[in-house]
Amino acid sequence: MTDIANAEYAYDLSLTVNGEPHTVRVDSRTTLLDLLRDGLDLTGTKKGCDHGQCGACTVLLDGRRVNSCLVLAVTLADRTVTTIEGIGPHPVQDAFVAYDAYQCGYCTPGQICSAVAMLNEVRSGWASSVTDDVAAEPALDESEIRERMSGNLCRCGAYVNIVAAISSAGGAGVGSAVGSAGGGR
Amino acid sequence: MKPFEYHRAADVREAVALVAANPDARYLAGGTNLVDLMKLGVERPSLLVDVSGLPLRDITETADGGVHIGALVSNSDIAADRRVRERYPALARAILAGASGQLRNMATAGGNLMQRTRCMYFTDVTQPCNKRAPGTGCGARRGEHHNLAVLGASEHCIATHPSDMAVALVALDAQVHVHESDGPRTALLAEFYRPVADTPEREFELQPGGLVTGFTLPASAFAARSTYRKVRERASFAFAIGSAAAAVEVRDGTIAQARVALGAAASHPWRAYAVERLLAGAPAVRETFVEAADAELAAAAPLPDNAYKVKLLHHLIVSTLREVATR
Repeated sequence: MTDIANAEYAYDLSLTVNGEPHTVRVDSRTTLLDLLRDGLDLTGTKKGCDHGQCGACTVLLDGRRVNSCLVLAVTLADRTVTTIEGIGPHPVQDAFVAYDAYQCGYCTPGQICSAVAMLNEVRSGWASSVTDDVAAEPALDESEIRERMSGNLCRCGAYVNIVAAISSAGGAGVGSAVGSAGGGR
Repeated sequence: MKPFEYHRAADVREAVALVAANPDARYLAGGTNLVDLMKLGVERPSLLVDVSGLPLRDITETADGGVHIGALVSNSDIAADRRVRERYPALARAILAGASGQLRNMATAGGNLMQRTRCMYFTDVTQPCNKRAPGTGCGARRGEHHNLAVLGASEHCIATHPSDMAVALVALDAQVHVHESDGPRTALLAEFYRPVADTPEREFELQPGGLVTGFTLPASAFAARSTYRKVRERASFAFAIGSAAAAVEVRDGTIAQARVALGAAASHPWRAYAVERLLAGAPAVRETFVEAADAELAAAAPLPDNAYKVKLLHHLIVSTLREVATR
């Protein structure tokens, strides 16, 4: 059993990560981000701000994108997590390569996880802050992508190519095997 | 982060009993605000009572044609709901104007209502703050206050409530449902937030251990024409520096009734009663909206670095009313 607890409040739980069942012992303070990186050696998910502001730690929880730095691992009994290691091969990844949608690459796993889930949100008909008629089905255009991806910062400033990559992947109408916007519990 | 015990609540009654009995206990739902505050040392609970498994996750129709939203419905699910988007667009717009896609997936309805101010003196434990540490003073009055309150503040605190969603709910006459030690209770959301006065640490009309279980939007003939406008310092994923929610019923060019609330203006979502009084029975023209904005903001008491917000809120009131009342 993975044990990264070393304090008075330790808790055992089982969860699924990238299709694999795991039983872990965690400190009540352990975030999902730290469990992934330090406990399960899944270091693709990055720690940026650790306050939910940068999106580098984005993973899918029961198919929906979340900031793993703000999720306490102890709350995740029987939940399903998908990280960048489990998301592919996915057309969004191919598009990021094809469009050179990164420079240093640190934000890229979060950008890709976020984009995969975001495209599912659009397919599910979710509006955004820039959708003209909030009751109508949204269309995926550049302003929609920029708005919907605003929770993922790129300090290199690769936004132009990130938008192009997501536009390409989303415009191809490619369905996703990983989660869906309706997949929250 | 200080070590804490974790408990998954089995039902509402048990959760309320646990938190009511322990002043250092906190409810955990989406965690987007609380976990962050715990990392900052602002919140140092000894016990977290996880309410995320409680059966408060549904959006349902009420008998009189309104909509009830459980406290654990995610912000995303409220904004995606067909009934909310069609009947209460101001609410969908307000939610979508807040936070990021990731945070809206995690954050709950109840947590959004109960979230704490982002005033930097509140979130920095090395600074004085009457809301976080009563009696230490307000660092913001003579410090960084460019985004703080211009209405309803006191000498003790000028923090603003950060929610977008709550501004729309206050404008839409939402009721909040809470469960306290002596049972369930329902209140008008506009009256759930306490004026600052000399107790900025007491933000809600809620007994110790009280849990928000949901809110109800009443049926409305004109909420379908409501909207929410937000001004912020960047295009997305930023707190408001001013916002307005408005719903107006217009008949033959005359305003029958109006509901207006302002965000990032005061310690709580600010119901603009002066605007509403002036609009009732008046022609739906720009001059009416200007007069109404003048009346609401006559009581504004800005400080040197947030005086711009008075003009900004004036423009917001006029432009939002023009959008909903003259289209």
